[in-house]
Amino acid sequence: MQIRVVDIVKQFDPRAKGPVLDQINLNVVGGELLALLGPSGSGKTTLLRIIAGLDQPTGGKVFFGEEDASGLRVQERRVGFVFQNYALFKHLTLEENIAFGLTVRDRATRPPKAEIRRRALELLDLVQLSGLGKRYPAQLSGGQRQRVALARALAVEPRVLLLDEPFGALDAKVRRDLRLWLRELHDRTGHTTLFVTHDQDEALELADRVAVLSQGRIEQIGSPDEIYDHPATAFVHGFIGESSALRVNAREGRLFIGDRPLSIPLREERPGWGRLFIRPQDVVIGEKGLSETGRPPIEAEVLSLWRSGPTRRAELALAGEAGRIEIDAPVATPLTPGEKVPLHFKRGTFYLETPAA
Amino acid sequence: MSETSIEWVPEAGFVVPQKQRVRRIRTAVTTEGPVLRASLIGIAITFLALFLLLPLIVVFYEAFNHGLGAYFSALTEPDTRAAIGLTLLVSAFVVPLNVVFGLAAAWAIAKFQFPGKSFLITLIDLPFSVSPVVAGLIYVLMFGSNGLLGEWLQAHDIKVIFAVPGVVLATIFVTFPFVAREIIPLMETQGTVEEEAALTLGASGFSTFLRITLPNIKWALLYGVLLCNARAMGEFGAVSVVSGHIRGLTDTMPLHIEILYNEYNITAAFSVASVLALLALVTLVAKTVLEGVWGEELAGGSRRH
Repeated sequence: MQIRVVDIVKQFDPRAKGPVLDQINLNVVGGELLALLGPSGSGKTTLLRIIAGLDQPTGGKVFFGEEDASGLRVQERRVGFVFQNYALFKHLTLEENIAFGLTVRDRATRPPKAEIRRRALELLDLVQLSGLGKRYPAQLSGGQRQRVALARALAVEPRVLLLDEPFGALDAKVRRDLRLWLRELHDRTGHTTLFVTHDQDEALELADRVAVLSQGRIEQIGSPDEIYDHPATAFVHGFIGESSALRVNAREGRLFIGDRPLSIPLREERPGWGRLFIRPQDVVIGEKGLSETGRPPIEAEVLSLWRSGPTRRAELALAGEAGRIEIDAPVATPLTPGEKVPLHFKRGTFYLETPAA
Repeated sequence: MSETSIEWVPEAGFVVPQKQRVRRIRTAVTTEGPVLRASLIGIAITFLALFLLLPLIVVFYEAFNHGLGAYFSALTEPDTRAAIGLTLLVSAFVVPLNVVFGLAAAWAIAKFQFPGKSFLITLIDLPFSVSPVVAGLIYVLMFGSNGLLGEWLQAHDIKVIFAVPGVVLATIFVTFPFVAREIIPLMETQGTVEEEAALTLGASGFSTFLRITLPNIKWALLYGVLLCNARAMGEFGAVSVVSGHIRGLTDTMPLHIEILYNEYNITAAFSVASVLALLALVTLVAKTVLEGVWGEELAGGSRRH
């Protein structure tokens, strides 16, 4: 089922500078797995809680399909919500935890006991915890608990699944395993799923589409490829993947570091100062004394070097106000701190900050 | 201290640092000399024996001094029976009421943010800081014949002061914090996330309370009820002011003990006292058992009184 969020505004404290959520519009297509990605304080969890009905928005509406859910109470929204810290019922067994949503229904809609039990066991199978139904949450590992929490949410046949940092409290290895498992489960059950995370790897790997939030606004919505390769704003470029931001000037349709022009094409003609985002792999160290333009190349001083997985990283300082840049430096290339090397920029994205008057 | 896995510790013998024995390992920094240790323990035990254990023994000794017959005839005397009955009646009113008030207050404080919250927390502690005699006087000033509501009550022929309702009110005042104080910190640490989970699963507010909140606090609640009950039965000061000491009518056990004692009816006084003391012991044992069974949860929320 499709989720539509229209003009959602949330202001916790009227004296605070800006609202927590500022005119959020979002469409989650039926059957889609969409990640809400943002740094802490960006309002992503608040948005999720508003969709679930756990928080009330200051303004705006939430639709499930064609139905306006804004006036519905939490219980009536029929959402499956998974909390970061599992929120399992400590005093109930796994089976009772999973069956909870069915056992609390009123007599008219409650399935018979045997049916409830059958469903609980079925879901235990689905989350690969068969045979552990009589255990208590305290006897499980973090990853197992989160799977129970998901089974419990699925038991009520929710219209949508909402996951709040579902793997936030788990260690790296378990996170990766659960990520793949969740993707498979989603492909099998086909629930419209919205999940909140601050982990970009998780968002890019898992989601069909990613919505990047910052300071209560959606900066960009798109497929992981679009987000990574074509960041719409400076914030997204800085937040997703690794990149260095250089202070550069745009004039005469070109970009300049100091008085040296760059071969990176400009998307628009407007002149002014701005930031050029460059990923580490998009810079190469050139041959000394050579340059395609015939002019002396852009030089930078090596500040430090360190090993990073299969390659080596170098931090360099450019002349003038441009700033520092981090690049992938092949292990084979001899570099020493203090040395000046010519740089060749293959790719980069420019964001204008202050258009010239 | 050596790095070997087995070490000799005075009084503890060979200590093997296995997981279950880890508490017995003492480090050089925190271990005092044997002389100092012995004298500290000695002082504590002597003090407890002299001021707590000995009086308790005296109570039972005096009660049974003239034989079992005298003991039971003292307890079955009509005024005494009336006093025991009234005490039980007062508890039967006070404990359930305080459970309801305590739960309501704890729920409001732990699960909601509202203006005046810290004032409410302070207010709950008030009975601990106010002398029980003052608490009793407050009710006399409120409901007594010259009090604030005195005329209205007289006009409607309702007796509060020098009657059972006054005794119940005064006891409620004095015992109010026990239940609330036990469950507030526990509810605060548990937060609302399990309740939220229950709500998203379709449970109603009341169903969530019954199935999730109550099971999570049941031990702390039971503990609070025990303490509340012990205090309700033993309260003297506040009750003494409002009851009027009418024998067979408004005398509770503590008041009756004092009356008997003042009449030099030592055996009877101590017989009734022994019943109260026994109750205290039962409470203590139950409390210890509870702490053993549910230590961690209670430790989360205890300010002992």
